Amino acid sequence: MSSFYTASDHFVLIPAIMLALFGCAVLLFDLLVEPRQRKYLVLLVTAGEIFTGVALVRQQMYLSANGLSQLAAFQGSLTVDGFAIFFNWIFLAATLIVAMVSYKYLDIAGEHHGEYYGLLLLAQCGMFFLAAGTDLITLFIGLELMALCFYVMVGFLRTEKRSNEAAMKYLLLGAFSSGFLVYGFSVMYGISGSTKLADVASAIGSRQPWDPVVFLAMVTTTVGLLFKISAVPFHMWAPDAYEGAPTTVTAYLSVASKAASMAFLLRIFLGPLAPARVSWEWLLSAVAIATMTVGNLAAINQNNIKRLLAYSSISHAGYMLLGLIAGNDTGIKGVAVYVLVYTFMNLGAFLVVVALRRKDIIGEELDDIAGLIHRSPGYASLMLIFLLSLAGIPPTAGFLGKYYIFLSLVETQHYTLAVIAVLYVAVAIYYYFRIVRAMFIRDAADRVPLASSLGLRVALGVSGVLTLGIGIYPEPFLQMAQVSLMR
Amino acid sequence: MHPITTAHYLGLSAALLLIGTVGVLTRRNIVIILMSIELILNAVNLNLIAFSKALQSVNGQIFAIFVITDAVAEAAVGLGILIALFRNKETVLADEIDLLKW
Repeated sequence: MSSFYTASDHFVLIPAIMLALFGCAVLLFDLLVEPRQRKYLVLLVTAGEIFTGVALVRQQMYLSANGLSQLAAFQGSLTVDGFAIFFNWIFLAATLIVAMVSYKYLDIAGEHHGEYYGLLLLAQCGMFFLAAGTDLITLFIGLELMALCFYVMVGFLRTEKRSNEAAMKYLLLGAFSSGFLVYGFSVMYGISGSTKLADVASAIGSRQPWDPVVFLAMVTTTVGLLFKISAVPFHMWAPDAYEGAPTTVTAYLSVASKAASMAFLLRIFLGPLAPARVSWEWLLSAVAIATMTVGNLAAINQNNIKRLLAYSSISHAGYMLLGLIAGNDTGIKGVAVYVLVYTFMNLGAFLVVVALRRKDIIGEELDDIAGLIHRSPGYASLMLIFLLSLAGIPPTAGFLGKYYIFLSLVETQHYTLAVIAVLYVAVAIYYYFRIVRAMFIRDAADRVPLASSLGLRVALGVSGVLTLGIGIYPEPFLQMAQVSLMR
Repeated sequence: MHPITTAHYLGLSAALLLIGTVGVLTRRNIVIILMSIELILNAVNLNLIAFSKALQSVNGQIFAIFVITDAVAEAAVGLGILIALFRNKETVLADEIDLLKW
């Protein structure tokens, strides 16, 4: 305990400092600018992300230059390793893309306030701690920082009942699950006498895997974590929150929040709970099967596109869990790759829904996307790419994600799970192609092209290029995921 | 008189967790649901303080302070959203908030 805030502590913390500073700066600048100039706050967000990105690159270079696999700070509360950097790049890309598309959407919805961009950055700050935290307190605070920002953003359309309702439901269930999670954390602290993940892991490792106290800690923590990634039976909030929230927030919620929660889940299950693997493997297998079943079957007869994509994102959470159940290196790498490709394809699909919003048209129903090929061929073809990728059809990126998950299941002899997972892909193709059919075969109600803005076009272009690019030329991305494995 | 041991605190904490959970799952009024969530978080605090005393480690107390802070922030945001909801719908009963469903 020599010094409390060393240079290396600072070095590890810079990305979070930048995000918090720029988040507050956005709130201050919002007071200075005219209401119609608010879209320039996006530039401030971009500047913040550039500083954060530079800090991440410097950390990456420092690690590889010194041949380190990780750099711990604050007496081991925070650890920067390939895993943390990999996930932080995903959060950075998602935040930037969402910030770019938001100003037009919020203008149309009549709720364009500067706080929105501040909340985006502060939520990302929480995600940084979720990916890099190696201490129960740090992880809990990171989770709550992210979740509180999301509660507010989901209810951002203050005058709209559906948005209020979605935020209320999300908050009640989110806070409830956080309570369970932190109860599990308190039991872990009781087992080990320390809040460091490494100490908790060795304390749990010195007990029997079926020890009742360990089981209590495992079950309560798992309930909390499964809520956050919207796995069945704790998925009820997801379709409601996704449908009621502003579509840009839905996009952000469905990718960034899920990626951060997945990073958190991996940290917990591969860290402190790894020694008790026999006691949770069956539990997670059952949850993964239930999640794929409910997600895929409930999506079949949805007529609201956001709700359909919400159920599809529930089923994707099930696939991600499969990689953790397999548990070998391919499986963990598979989860990392899956989260990466899921980010861009799901973001892209929601961005097309964002583009459907016009002054008097909500544009979330399947009927609203009918005949899109005649109205805006560009948007329609991009949507086709995203849906093919979500279904997991080569050569799109979604195939790659599913490939590694299935490979890891076969490698670890989980044949039943692999067969079930593959069968549900067939179901998924059916409901994704309901959207494709509406876009390409049905007639459009009107022929007016979709609204668009520079930010939206750039964001859609980037998502489309990456969704195809990762599928066609995966090497560099696989390399990144490989690095993230070194823990 | 028997001395109060760590096990007593843990028993009380488990009871609070149970009461809070039942409250969240069965009550209709959103304000009471929020109170039940506070009850769960207080169960956590009791756990942390009891362990902190038993293990002679200060981490648990620090953790409890963070949990209290978080509980306050959550209540603030929760009541804020509830007020926005009440302005539009004039109800605080969970089963009357039913616009979104499959």
